[in-house]
Amino acid sequence: MSVHQSNSYPVPSKETERTWQMLFLSWLVALAATLGVLFIGEVMGQEPCMLCWYQRAFMFPLAVVLGAACLLSDAGIWRYGLPLAAFGWVIAAYHTLLVAGVIPKPLEPCGGGVSCTSDDMMIFSVVPIPLLSVGAFSAIIILLLLVRKGFRS
Amino acid sequence: MTRRTVVVLTAVVAVLGFAIAAYLYNRSVEEQAAVALRATTLVRPHSPVFGPEDAPVTIVEFFDPSCGTCRAFHPIVKQIRRQYPRTVRVVTRYVAFHQGSDQVNRILAAARLQGLLEPVLESVLAAQPDWSAHGGRPLNLSKAWRAAAAAGLDVGRARRDMIKPDVTETLNQDMADAEAAGVDKTPTFFVNGRPLPSFGVDQLFALVDEEVAIARKSSGS
Repeated sequence: MSVHQSNSYPVPSKETERTWQMLFLSWLVALAATLGVLFIGEVMGQEPCMLCWYQRAFMFPLAVVLGAACLLSDAGIWRYGLPLAAFGWVIAAYHTLLVAGVIPKPLEPCGGGVSCTSDDMMIFSVVPIPLLSVGAFSAIIILLLLVRKGFRS
Repeated sequence: MTRRTVVVLTAVVAVLGFAIAAYLYNRSVEEQAAVALRATTLVRPHSPVFGPEDAPVTIVEFFDPSCGTCRAFHPIVKQIRRQYPRTVRVVTRYVAFHQGSDQVNRILAAARLQGLLEPVLESVLAAQPDWSAHGGRPLNLSKAWRAAAAAGLDVGRARRDMIKPDVTETLNQDMADAEAAGVDKTPTFFVNGRPLPSFGVDQLFALVDEEVAIARKSSGS
């Protein structure tokens, strides 16, 4: 398969298939998160708040980079994907705690952009979007750690 | 399937799925907006209401006094009002798609100012074959006036009232709302904002029954 292809990076032959599957899954998560958030923002017309933008800044490149890595069977991508996912996770966790009220909400001047703690942060009026974001970044981190294991073995 | 194929297919499916979901979402949003818009423009404060003001089911009829089918539907609409005296109200919007209809709509507006809308409407509709321009026969407005006078209309007062600016304004508003709702034929009915699936007496009865059932269920719970 792609192992023969000249432009594919060497993936150890053992567990190759499993490692690639983990990589593929991590890309699926990033793709779903990216398209989902674009749907909420661009189709449903809900403007993203500042913290959402920071999370987008880490999720969007993951969707592109992990997709390219799947195409090239490049398991070494974990080195670059993991830091992206980790920074995104930290912001998503902070945002979730803010929405949950664990961290006190900062006072914002009225009309100063979209609030990061408004009711708009709920999807289906039950699940907070930042919590979904934490879930997606967590899944990508775990999957990339598995990819790393397969890459080293 | 090679890995490359899997990746490319996944990307294509994801983008297609996104486009389809966006299209479906936008369409449902547009539909909701259209229903909401109709709710505000189908009934105006100036529109005459037959039946209880707070009835849960509202039939809006776009009506042209020269229209033979409107004349034929008149007893049917009355029958619906008799059938659901507390649940259904009828709101009439006056449009003029025929020669002379604007003048007759002004007679009806003047009759309303004298508290005689219903009797004058009945009398003018009954005489419609005599005065309306149908089948090559010319318009004969004096016969319409005679029918209105027979129902007790003070003709002298009506001739002064019918050219008042607020009468013109309400008739213009009715025409504008008809155009906004896509009404180009009379009669056109909306039952709680919903158009008839297709034109016909049975369809009107069915839609009214359906809305009455919904209203009763929600008030009973």
